[in-house]
Amino acid sequence: MGRFIVRRLAGMVAVLFAVSVLVFLIFNVIPDSDPARQMAGRSASPRLVASITEEWGFDDPLPQQYLTMMGNIFSGDVISYETEENVDERIVEGIPATFSLCTGAAVIWMFFGILFGYLSAVRAGGLLDRALTVLAVTGISIPVFWLAAIFLNYLAYELEIFPSNGYVALSEDPLEWASHLILPWVTLAIVYVGFYSRVLRSNMLDAMDEDYVRTARAKGLPERRVMTRHVLRNSLVPIVTLFGLDFGALLGGAILVEGVFNINGIGQYAYESLINLDLPPIMAITLFGAFFIVLFNALVDIAYAYLDPRVKLGTSAP
Amino acid sequence: MEGRSPWYLAYRRLRRNRVALAFGGLFLAIVVFVLAAPLWANQVADTGPNDTHTLEKVAVDGETREVVDPEGKPVGPLWLGAGGKFFLGADGRLGRDEMVRLMYGGRTSLFVGIAAALITTLLGTGLGLLAGWYRGWTDAIIARALDVVWAFPVTLLGAALGLALAVGGLRIGPLHLSGSSIWIPILIIGVVYTPYVARPIRGEVLALREKEFVEAAVSQGAGPLRVMLVELLPNLLSTVIVFFAISIANSMLLESILSFLGVGVQPPNTSWGTMIAGGFELITSAPLLTVVPGAMLLLTVLSVNVFADCLRDALDPRAKLRLEAHAGIAEPEGTPV
Repeated sequence: MGRFIVRRLAGMVAVLFAVSVLVFLIFNVIPDSDPARQMAGRSASPRLVASITEEWGFDDPLPQQYLTMMGNIFSGDVISYETEENVDERIVEGIPATFSLCTGAAVIWMFFGILFGYLSAVRAGGLLDRALTVLAVTGISIPVFWLAAIFLNYLAYELEIFPSNGYVALSEDPLEWASHLILPWVTLAIVYVGFYSRVLRSNMLDAMDEDYVRTARAKGLPERRVMTRHVLRNSLVPIVTLFGLDFGALLGGAILVEGVFNINGIGQYAYESLINLDLPPIMAITLFGAFFIVLFNALVDIAYAYLDPRVKLGTSAP
Repeated sequence: MEGRSPWYLAYRRLRRNRVALAFGGLFLAIVVFVLAAPLWANQVADTGPNDTHTLEKVAVDGETREVVDPEGKPVGPLWLGAGGKFFLGADGRLGRDEMVRLMYGGRTSLFVGIAAALITTLLGTGLGLLAGWYRGWTDAIIARALDVVWAFPVTLLGAALGLALAVGGLRIGPLHLSGSSIWIPILIIGVVYTPYVARPIRGEVLALREKEFVEAAVSQGAGPLRVMLVELLPNLLSTVIVFFAISIANSMLLESILSFLGVGVQPPNTSWGTMIAGGFELITSAPLLTVVPGAMLLLTVLSVNVFADCLRDALDPRAKLRLEAHAGIAEPEGTPV
């Protein structure tokens, strides 16, 4: 186990390095223009451009520029030249709201994804299965931000069933916190509900062919118990892996949902910065977002190896 | 009995599938709708997608109405009241014809989706073939490079690239793309989705290369290029086709997301994504400006997704048979499916 963890962490450091180099390339090398001008934003005066060139060392050789960029972002010195706010501070302030949004959405999508997938598989080919399939494919095909806008307009503005927007901290008022987040949670979860129920359905149908299911039936277990204890349980393993990957990447969806519902988290900060063509915040958010995913995935892998010894031995997981 | 090629069999299965026909038909109808854009613009609406009509008036059933009222609220859908002008109303303060924009915007959305899907499929298949066939160092380098792209959330990576390039533009060798070029979102989307195709293709190549027909080709002296293109590629084709279809759906969604965030399709081009972004600013006074382009996008992506699903079933009947077996439709007892 110890050796596996060391190997996995070493691989992680390599990926972190590569990820940070890619972020550097995206913002400083690939675009066909002066990066200092880009960073300055729309209000670029020659003096500001000159001072940005100085601060980020854009006249230095590329490796030196890379080190300067990493130094600036991790020391918390980056400011947005549009809003003159400290970028890292804004990101840290946004964590609670984004975390609330993502965990709530994850709970909803895991619950309904597993429920719908299970029902679909047990009743494969039946009317319920077909109806759920239609729902799932529609869920996968919906543009998230559009659904958010529709929900916001009809359910919050017009019918006033839900509070229109904003975010209330959990520590302030748990009830308001939840009622303000219900629509965003559901919006963010819908795509994943569709996707997870499809994956679980096909996993379960595959599992039903396995010998251990035949054995379970042969020894006279009731059908429900065969389905839950034997088929469902074994089909959930890949779902958990998938969940690890998707939860880490949820920041992408959060940009859209927070932007539309006006939840002051990291996603909304990214949304505003994109609309204003404000580079430094997006640079920092992209870097931290990717770092979080890589770290999170390494933790998931290690947890997985702990649960399933086959992974450590280098043979593939089921 | 006459021999039938697998492609013909797949075609026949697809033709018999009513769901596939219905959604394939829906997709074709949408394509015809957007292709008819110049026809509608010239013959009926008499305006282009970017022509503004802010201070103009339009005659509706005998009475005159302002295209944009003094408070900046655009005229709502007139349907055929003004002979087809402003069929869906105007798009905002600028008073452009929403219907004309919807048709031209659909062209952009479909074009970006299909072009990006082509890039994804070509790159993904090529890299997958190289990595799976050569293995060793080639595989290690390609796999790590894909891992790095994979590490980013698609939306965030696409938006970061879109932002960097929308401001600066891109130079590839002698070719310069300005920040507002339609090819920038196409390239971004095409590249961002590549790992999602390359990885499974690589896996399939790894399995195929151990097969006898590959060994036979190699022992006859076939070079690597010949093995990859003549022996391996035809066996991957059904997977590649399905990935291409799914990529169109995903690319169209990502295009709309990037455009909504202002870092996708740039003016003067219009797409359904930019239309939703514009409509969202007026959502309380004119919700249709958000609802209609989004609904068109949803229908298009849905039709492509369902058709891709049916295509997979038609090309890989064993998977389909297996599902039907569980539903109690096919499979006599004891046959290995």
